[in-house]
Amino acid sequence: MFELLGIPPQVLLGQLLLGLINGSFYAVLSLGLAVIFGLLNIINFSHGAQYMMGAFVAWMLLAYLGIGYWWALIASPLIVGATGLLLERFALSRLYKLDHLYGLLLTFGVALIIQGLFRNYYGISGQPYQIPDLLSGGQNLGFMYLPNYRAWVVVASVIACLGTWFMIEKTRLGAYLRAATENPVLVGAFGINVPRMIMLTYAFGVALAGFAGVLAAPIYSVNPNMGADLIIVVFAVVVIGGMGSILGAIVTGYGLGLIEGLTRVFYPEGSAVVIFVIMAIVLMIKPEGLFGRAN
Amino acid sequence: MTDTTPDHVPAQRAAGMPPLHKALFAALLVLLIVLPFVVYPIFAMKVMCFALFAAAFNLLLGFGGLLSFGHAAYFGGASYVAAHAAKVWGFTPELAVLTGTAAAALLGLGIGALAIRRQGIYFAMVTLAFAQMFYFFALQAEFTGGEDGIQAVPRGDLFGAISLHDNMALYFFVLAITFGGILFLYRIVHSPFGQILKAIRENEPRAISLGYSVNRYKLIVFTLSATFAGLAGATKSLVFQLASLTDVHWSMSGEVVLMTLLGGMGTVFGPLVGATVIVTLQNYLATFGAWVTIIQGVIFVLGVLLFREGIVGVLSRWLKRPL
Repeated sequence: MFELLGIPPQVLLGQLLLGLINGSFYAVLSLGLAVIFGLLNIINFSHGAQYMMGAFVAWMLLAYLGIGYWWALIASPLIVGATGLLLERFALSRLYKLDHLYGLLLTFGVALIIQGLFRNYYGISGQPYQIPDLLSGGQNLGFMYLPNYRAWVVVASVIACLGTWFMIEKTRLGAYLRAATENPVLVGAFGINVPRMIMLTYAFGVALAGFAGVLAAPIYSVNPNMGADLIIVVFAVVVIGGMGSILGAIVTGYGLGLIEGLTRVFYPEGSAVVIFVIMAIVLMIKPEGLFGRAN
Repeated sequence: MTDTTPDHVPAQRAAGMPPLHKALFAALLVLLIVLPFVVYPIFAMKVMCFALFAAAFNLLLGFGGLLSFGHAAYFGGASYVAAHAAKVWGFTPELAVLTGTAAAALLGLGIGALAIRRQGIYFAMVTLAFAQMFYFFALQAEFTGGEDGIQAVPRGDLFGAISLHDNMALYFFVLAITFGGILFLYRIVHSPFGQILKAIRENEPRAISLGYSVNRYKLIVFTLSATFAGLAGATKSLVFQLASLTDVHWSMSGEVVLMTLLGGMGTVFGPLVGATVIVTLQNYLATFGAWVTIIQGVIFVLGVLLFREGIVGVLSRWLKRPL
């Protein structure tokens, strides 16, 4: 068996897989943030709470209604997206004329409320969620063991990312969206209902967070704090990548997940902070972010 | 934030403190001298520390227009260093507080230099991310005691002579620090430096075109804000004889934003009012557990949607005077 710098390949590949899984969540979450930011110009602080909600709704569907994983994968993002719809319609839409920082403060308050409510009713200990039968077990690849569910998470996140990219860059709806990002007044003058588009965009971004939550439910225990710390790392990912491009957000998400995994192999103490250190370096060299546009 | 100062409030006088502010500060001082005889001194000291923390934060947000979401790092960082200095190095309380404050100033200078390279919401995200990095450092480092924090911090003898073990003695030490700190912040805001800050907040490109090196002013105000946040945190560690992860957690950064927003950002007395309300609320709701978080969230949402001027901002509009 060969070794790389004294690290057995099973450990290295295992951590790389773990990094890829984390990267999948970074990518889907930062993609949602970028989509929302593109049109609304706000940073959605409740994104982590909505990710947690996605996991919890999936758990509740199973526990109370007996609805399994595959239906939850569709239903949970829809439900979480619907709450986002209401939030945009009744709260966020009142803030667009003000400084964008108010959107940040509002969604921070919403995050506190959501997390507080779930903590109140379900405590801080996690709820287990079974891996669906179809994806239990794993493959022995000869050099490492690959659990089926983890492979599915990577595949599903790639599909979600590429689907979103395709919709925004290649479809007519996406063209409207990109046009509204550049000049909402002009797009409105062409007879397109821009406020409704903004509302649906926010709901879509939130639904992506909910989707990530369902994916995460069988891996991590479903608990009210699961999104709080994750979202801060995702903010750093977004600062590193810059929110200018959809593909940029995706690439940065997976890339940083892999780097974090590698750090866990070679310097475990640094794995919690490596993304923040990279953020500091990027701020020094290219403050607008790797894929960002200078303003 | 651009809409922090209402248009209908008359412009500041060129020099000196307006009589109204003098009267309010004098009344506040009298109130604070009487207070420990009426309420529990530890509670009063907690309020004063958070009032200074919020006032320091307001210097950055209300007058510099920069929303930092990571001020817990300076508050909690200083509290760790002060606690360590008092307990392990055996510093006297005033030296421990000064050491903690200096540490916060250095941390603020370092993080500020990087954070001011981005504006607006990116600035908020960068400061939050660095504060989280500091949180992980505090969690793993040896001297912070990890999950346990630094406990049983000695209050010591002021100047090596006056014992602060009595709550009343400590109270007047804390009163001197926080009241002095708040007056100093007032002086900064109403100095020529403060006027330039407002100019940058209102119109950054114009300030640049007038020849001001905007980034240097931003860095100075960021460092000053971090320094005074540190002063508050260092003092708090002596009051509670404890430095813990709570003080560096992101929820602490959120709390100081909430205090400033509720009291009225860009006002002199707003942060003091906001801090008093929030600390009192936490005190009475402590038994309700997670409801504190929910109520804070609700105040945030309502504050942003309906009450952006804050308590003192509304009062200031009624009285037609800046407060």
